[in-house]
Amino acid sequence: MPRGQAEHRARGYIIAALLLTGLWYLASSMLDSPELPSPLTVLYAFIAGIRADLGFHILISAFRVLYGIALAGSFAVPLGLLCYNNRIDKLIAPVIYLLYPIPHIVLLPLIILLFGIGNLSKIVLIAIIVFFQILVTTRDAARNLSTNYIYSLLSLGATPKDVYRHVILPACLPKILTAMRISVGTSIAVLFFVESFATQEGLGYMIMYAWSKMDYPALYAAIVAMALLGLCLYLILECVEKRLCAWVYLQ
Amino acid sequence: MIYPDGTEALHDVNFAINSGASCSIIGPSGCGKTTLLFILAGILKPSEGRVQLDAQPREVALILQDYGLFPWKTIYENVDLGLRLRGISRSERRGIVLSLLDKLGLRNFAYHYPKQLSGGMQQRVAFARALALKPRILLMDEPLSSLDALTRETLQNFLLRLWKDNGMTMILVTHSIEEAVFLGKEIIVLSPRPGHVVKIIENLNAGDENYRTREDFFTKCREVRQNIEQGAI
Ligand SMILES: Nc1ncnc2c1ncn2[C@@H]1O[C@H](COP(=O)(O)OP(=O)(O)OP(=O)(O)O)[C@@H](O)[C@H]1O
Ligand SMILES: [Mg+2]
Repeated sequence: MPRGQAEHRARGYIIAALLLTGLWYLASSMLDSPELPSPLTVLYAFIAGIRADLGFHILISAFRVLYGIALAGSFAVPLGLLCYNNRIDKLIAPVIYLLYPIPHIVLLPLIILLFGIGNLSKIVLIAIIVFFQILVTTRDAARNLSTNYIYSLLSLGATPKDVYRHVILPACLPKILTAMRISVGTSIAVLFFVESFATQEGLGYMIMYAWSKMDYPALYAAIVAMALLGLCLYLILECVEKRLCAWVYLQ
Repeated sequence: MIYPDGTEALHDVNFAINSGASCSIIGPSGCGKTTLLFILAGILKPSEGRVQLDAQPREVALILQDYGLFPWKTIYENVDLGLRLRGISRSERRGIVLSLLDKLGLRNFAYHYPKQLSGGMQQRVAFARALALKPRILLMDEPLSSLDALTRETLQNFLLRLWKDNGMTMILVTHSIEEAVFLGKEIIVLSPRPGHVVKIIENLNAGDENYRTREDFFTKCREVRQNIEQGAI
C-alpha cells in the first residue's frame, strides 16, 4: 500500500476511535451510574490491569482464537478446494448444507464430553464454528472458478496436482483469507462464551469475574482488551491477505 | 463432438494439415472453433472421432481466446510456468524466459501482474508463454481479436515472421476474414453450429507482409466471405 494511503487509513481509525470515545464519554456522564464508567476511569483500570495480569489473559485468549482459526482453516481449506471436483462436491456439499445452519454452539456438551473442560474443548468449539464459515466460502470460490484457467494450465501439460497448486488454491486464496478475517469476529464472540465458565484464564473469564465483583472499570477494561485483540487479529490477517494476494489489490 | 449437456458443437469435421503449414480456421460465433482447438490440444476428448498428430502432446502449445494468463502470477511466473511444469531446472528456465521477454519487449514488465499490462502486452505474454515450450504445433484461439487495429497488424506481422523463422505448424482460429487470409496458407471455413467443414481454401500467396495491400488479397477475402455465407444457408 502506498504510504499516503496508509496514513489516510490510520487517520480514519484515529478519528473513529476519538468519535466513539466521545460518545462513550457523553453516555457515561448522562447516565452517571457505576455500570458505565467514563473512558478515563476505564483507561486507568486498563493500565492497572496491564501492570497486573491482563497481558497474560490477553495472550491466552489470543492463543485460543488463533489456534481455533488455524485448526478450522487446516481442515476447511483443503476440503473446500476439493469440492472443485464434481464427484467430491456431490458427496460433501449436501453434508455441509445440512450441518451449516445448526448453531454449533449447542454442541458444547458433546465437545466437553469428548475433549474435557480444558483448553482443547474451547479451541475445538471455536474451530468448529469457524470451520463452516471458511468451508462454505472456500467451496463456493472453488465451484465458481472459471474453467478457462484450468484449460489454460492443462494446455501447459499440467497434472491434476498442478491444477490445485497453480490455479485452484491461488484463485481461491483471496476469498479464503477474507473468510478467515471475517471469522475473527465470530471467534471472539465464541471465545467469550467458552471462557465464561470452567476456566480462570482469558478475557472472557476476566469479564465474568469483574462483573461478579461489580468492578465495572475492570469489566470495561477487559472488554476494551477484547476489542483490541479482535482488531489486531483482523489487521494482521488483512496484512497477510494484502501480501499473499497482491494481485487483487492492483489499481 | 457432443458436450455432456447434449449440445452438439461439431459435426463430422474432417481435415488434414501438413506439418509446417499455417492454417486459419474461420466460422461464425459459437460454431465450435474453441471446442475444435481444445480437442486438437488434447484438453477435451471428442465424443466421436480422433485426432492424429505428428508430434508429442508436449510439443503442442495453445493460446486461449482471453490469453489464459494467470492474474495471480507475475509476467515472469506466467511465462515460466510451462517450463516449470516440465521439470526444467530453474537456471535453464531463467535463461529461456528472460530472452523471450527481451525478444517481445516485455523485460521491464517481468515483475508486473497481467492486470497492469495493456491488452496487446498481455497478448505478447501469452505468445511468450507458448513459445517458451518450443512447440512444433502452435494452436491459437482468436489471439488478436480484442486488440485495436494497429496493434493487431503489428502482431499479425510478428506471427508471420515467427512462423517463417521457426518452421512450426500454426493453426489460427479467427473471426476476421482479413486475418485468416493474411496468415493462413490454408483456410478452413466452418458452418454455424454444429460446425462442419464448408470448404478448405488454398491461399498460397500468403506469407508476405505486403500481401495485405495487394489485389489478390482482396480477391481471396471475397472468396472466403462467399464460402462463409454459403455455409450459413
Ligand atoms: N462446456 C460446454 N458444455 C456445453 N456446451 C458448450 C460447452 N462449451 C461450449 N459449448 C457450446 O458449444 C458451442 C460451440 O462453442 P465454442 O466455444 O467452441 O464456439 P466458438 O466457435 O469458439 O465461439 P466464439 O466464436 O464465440 O468463440 C456453443 O454453442 C457453446 O454454447
Ligand atoms: Mg471461441
